[in-house]
Amino acid sequence: MQAKKSGQSEHSKLLLSEDSRRREGLIAFIFKAAAVLTILVTIGIIVSLLSETIGFFARPEVSLWKFLTGTRWQPLSSKPSPENFGILPLVGGTLLVAGVAALLAVPVGLGTAIFLSEYATEKLRKIIKPVLEILAGVPSVVYGFFAISFITPIIKTVFEGWLGLKVMYFNALSAGLVVGIMIIPMIASVSEDAMRAVPRSLREGAFALGATRFEVAIKVVTPAALSGIVAAFILAISRAIGETMAVSIAAGSTPNMTLNPLKSVQTLTAFIVQVSFGDAAAGSINSQSIYAVGMTLFVMTFVMNLISDLVLRKFREVYE
Amino acid sequence: MSEKVFASSAFNDNLDSRQRKARIWQTILLACTLLGILVLTMMLVDIIVDGAGWLSPTLFNNNHSRFPEKTGMNSAIYGSIYNVLLTALFCFPLGVAAAIYLEEYAPKSKLTNFINININNLAGVPSIVYGMLGLTVFGRMFGLFAPESPLVNFFNLPVEAGNVGGLKFNLFGIPGLIIHLPFGRSLVAGAMTMSLLILPTVIISSREAIRAVPTSIREAAYGLGATRWQMIRTQVLPVSFPGILTGIILAMGRALGETAPLIIMGAFMYVPFLPRNIWDKFTTMPIQIYNWITLPQPEYNIHLAAAGIIVLLLVLLGMSALAIFLRNKLQVKW
Repeated sequence: MQAKKSGQSEHSKLLLSEDSRRREGLIAFIFKAAAVLTILVTIGIIVSLLSETIGFFARPEVSLWKFLTGTRWQPLSSKPSPENFGILPLVGGTLLVAGVAALLAVPVGLGTAIFLSEYATEKLRKIIKPVLEILAGVPSVVYGFFAISFITPIIKTVFEGWLGLKVMYFNALSAGLVVGIMIIPMIASVSEDAMRAVPRSLREGAFALGATRFEVAIKVVTPAALSGIVAAFILAISRAIGETMAVSIAAGSTPNMTLNPLKSVQTLTAFIVQVSFGDAAAGSINSQSIYAVGMTLFVMTFVMNLISDLVLRKFREVYE
Repeated sequence: MSEKVFASSAFNDNLDSRQRKARIWQTILLACTLLGILVLTMMLVDIIVDGAGWLSPTLFNNNHSRFPEKTGMNSAIYGSIYNVLLTALFCFPLGVAAAIYLEEYAPKSKLTNFINININNLAGVPSIVYGMLGLTVFGRMFGLFAPESPLVNFFNLPVEAGNVGGLKFNLFGIPGLIIHLPFGRSLVAGAMTMSLLILPTVIISSREAIRAVPTSIREAAYGLGATRWQMIRTQVLPVSFPGILTGIILAMGRALGETAPLIIMGAFMYVPFLPRNIWDKFTTMPIQIYNWITLPQPEYNIHLAAAGIIVLLLVLLGMSALAIFLRNKLQVKW
């Protein structure tokens, strides 16, 4: 090997030999192929979802218009008809859970980000950041267990025991709260990154004008980092929409057009899981329906991620 | 003009009240930050209280049974381990190669830009969608090899029915190298699905590790006459290896905890034996735990589920510890 190498360089002096040039080219090609493969994954996702979604809408029992506007989702009924394939209850359930999650996670996540970026000492950051990372790394099925074994009983006690409201065992509130906890780390860390990217000079200018630390954080740093923070919110809500296991466990599987978080709802993801356990045969209407629902989910999250990515890019352009 | 701005800005010249407000808000912000720690603690306490008493050799040695006290998760533990190892095997070369291209080769072009945006987007695709990708592409292969499909009829292919049915043949005529088309509800289909799911994470973390190698090292290698690949192989990869490895182990942790994609892909709720080869059916720890959570008896949906979660979290903790250990042990400081 060694001898061959030195012989080669002697032979070719400064120029590369034909062999090694070909090898360099081949290696570069392999690496490029791996990178281009990531585009194929996206294409694969779209083609997979489309392949069965098209079959689904080609059926006489389904109509695209009724699918997008219908308010009843009963695909497992014995007599399928377009009236039973309205996606809105699933979208509504998904948004209800994501809404509850956002109500918890947006203020708490933003508060955490402000504290970490503007107040916390280096020592405290070194404790809190890993805790947030652990919180983000806990599997979703564990959060589902936590929801059903810990949060749901508390909700029952508070709303049913103290306030006399009817609470279903599976409810959107419990699922939403637990999803909110799951996305707090994401909001906190992305927002904090945005806030730390705000130049020090802006803060010092405000301090010199006599602002308190809180005023600097709220009136100077937060507005300056706003697009980064907004990107974090969108990204986190998109994550909440795609969350599956915790929601399947805690929110139940009753498609419900409701704004009442104490009722059971079914999300887009929970429906897909429900059908997958039912062992629907390939090509059947049930099997195809999960692709239509998956397509809806993919489009929703894809658009949100794209917006968040664009907003974040704009933000980076301002400060870098 | 300036007076007007001053008046409308709601500037409060009472310093005491402003500072009081600042102190109150500082407490609120601290409370927000501590909420994460509080929830994590509550969650762990809840799980340990419910499950610690059910940790026993039975849990590790037995499989699911009708009798809670005889129930275990043996096949799920092994299924998870096999699945994660196979996932890493598929994902590692692909992810690292893509990262090397993007950091060392890629020109500033529209294609590069598109690949970057695409990877960011893939990282945000819900995991359940990857499950549907895996089911369609690996599990069913678009139905190309289903009985009576146009392809099968045209070539008169000998397809079989069954869990991993379809077309079965020996690759290159070697007896051990059996290939099934499609991959069906098998371990290998699950691992391929998972490897696509963690691919964006692996690429992003590998790129960070490669980027951390100083440019001077690269220039020195070029200066000594190395080609680009020689420079990467002898300088960049050895130095960035700990970082790449850490990223992969953390991504494997994510794959270990994922449930939804494997359920969609067709992993089984209950498998009473260990997978003997990559074409066997399998179940994993999170699926087993989900299964127990959905059963009506409290022995299952509280105690065994919590005990299973303890095992899962311990494995995850072990993997994170390994990642941190490797990073500290092997990391090159500049």
